[in-house]
Amino acid sequence: MSAALRVLIVDDEAPARGRLKDLLADIAAELPNVVVGEAADGIEALERLDAQAADVALVDIRMPRLDGIGLVQQLARRQDSPAVIFTTAYDQYAVRAFELSAIDYLLKPVRAERLLAALKKLAHAGIDAELLRRLAPEGRRHLTSTERGRVLLVPLAEILYLKAELKYVTARTRERDYLVEESLVHLEQEFLERFVRVHRSCLVARAAIAGCERGADADGETRWQVLLHGVAEKLPVSRRQWPQIKALLKEDG
Amino acid sequence: MTSIRQNQEPPRLPDFCNLGVWLRVLLGVNLLAALAAAAACRTIAELPEELSRLAVFVEPPLIASLMLLCLVNRPVLRSGYAAGAAAVVAIALATTAGIHLVLTPFAADVAAPASLAAALFWAALAAAALLCYFAIRARLQSPALAEARLMALTARIRPHFLFNALNAVLGVIRSDPRRAEQALEELADLFRVLMRENRDLVPLSEEIALARKYLDLERLRLGDRLQVKWDIESCPPDALVPPLMLQPLLENAVYHGIEPAGEPAEITIGFSRRGDQLLIELVNPYAAGASEHAGNQMALANIRERLMLFFDLEARLETTAGDGRFLVRMLMPYRAGPAP
Repeated sequence: MSAALRVLIVDDEAPARGRLKDLLADIAAELPNVVVGEAADGIEALERLDAQAADVALVDIRMPRLDGIGLVQQLARRQDSPAVIFTTAYDQYAVRAFELSAIDYLLKPVRAERLLAALKKLAHAGIDAELLRRLAPEGRRHLTSTERGRVLLVPLAEILYLKAELKYVTARTRERDYLVEESLVHLEQEFLERFVRVHRSCLVARAAIAGCERGADADGETRWQVLLHGVAEKLPVSRRQWPQIKALLKEDG
Repeated sequence: MTSIRQNQEPPRLPDFCNLGVWLRVLLGVNLLAALAAAAACRTIAELPEELSRLAVFVEPPLIASLMLLCLVNRPVLRSGYAAGAAAVVAIALATTAGIHLVLTPFAADVAAPASLAAALFWAALAAAALLCYFAIRARLQSPALAEARLMALTARIRPHFLFNALNAVLGVIRSDPRRAEQALEELADLFRVLMRENRDLVPLSEEIALARKYLDLERLRLGDRLQVKWDIESCPPDALVPPLMLQPLLENAVYHGIEPAGEPAEITIGFSRRGDQLLIELVNPYAAGASEHAGNQMALANIRERLMLFFDLEARLETTAGDGRFLVRMLMPYRAGPAP
């Protein structure tokens, strides 16, 4: 390894972060490393990573706001994400999940030798989509949106529709719009059960559909529109998608 | 067999001021009365009349005996089993005789009174039957069995807490050795209490001191995120409570209310006396869905069972969730210990 290993420490407890820093300093002679950032939860970790890339993140599992598993789910969608090693004090369910998925983890209190071994093994670590599915079969619960360097969590359950606009996707909740840096195609594949496509550029939350009505488009041709719970906007349905939406509405009675 | 018998404590008389004991006595005697009434009837149709006739002579002495027994509870319980049991039977006979003599002139026209001798015979029989029942029940429940259950119930602390606490101590040991020392001392105190035999009621002040040590340990790792408001102004200083009730409740509150919160959050804990009851209330914030966590239910079930072992039906533990708050209310008889 030519340069020092860049490490991000993610833990909501200050003494736990301090302990990892001490240990990393202790093993620096054998494995050159530098702590490039500390974060107290998953959201902070995403913000640190936006500002400064890291090679590896030591991630606590139980954290407020966005926990360790949620963080890794977001990282899996990003470019240049660090490798992840989980740390946990005692969580039998998580530990069992890691063992089943062959994911490396460290038990707190962490020992220097264990940390060193885990960091050396990094080359062939890495959590792919398959492992992630096994670890958290229920999938992501949030999308993230970055505004002026701050990362915002957008709970999937609150999203009414996703609309592709130029480079970005807009996620609409009852309150406001969020810009999401993901492609509509990927989002559709990932959340097939939650969203349904009504138009080439629009996915609507199945639960948000209140009904439909006839409208007219610019050429004066009649077109179906989807009505939503909670907001007054109407979303046009393309001819191609209409049969599917019609069937869906019929199903709901 | 003999060696086991030698180790057994003599049976103890029930606490005659305990609501559960009252309930059992009332049910027991009325059941006996119903059986006697049924035996005396020739047809089913006569039964209600026979029952109400008997009730006039059964209920007043029964309730009077119970009230008397509660009054003399302490001296009766302390005088040893044989003397105590004799006193119980004597009290039952005396109230029966007294009330029989007073009631007979008035009740003569509604019910043909049984002779005084018959009434005394039935009273003695009922008292003896109930004493047997309580002795058998006491043998089944205590001391060894109940104690084993108590030990098993108290010796639980979340491994999550222990390992996190140790990790936090290791985290400050280089930068702040004094704080680390203090934390290890608190940990030792906490485990000393956890591992001792927690079979007797302890002063509330001791429970509060222990809870503070626990919270101090949690503050080491959680810092300002953990806020605690104590409301101990109206707390009776001499109250006796079951050991290790507060700490598990607080541990629950920290695990479900403080740790998942993104911002500093507050636990409120208050004590007050309601007549002859002690009320402990604990409120913590919680995110919806968290209270259904299996660990939470287990801790609460554990405390509920221990309250039952200490106070039978006279203690209650209720929880209310809603509005982002989780409230635990614990109500138990107020027992005064030696003044602190």
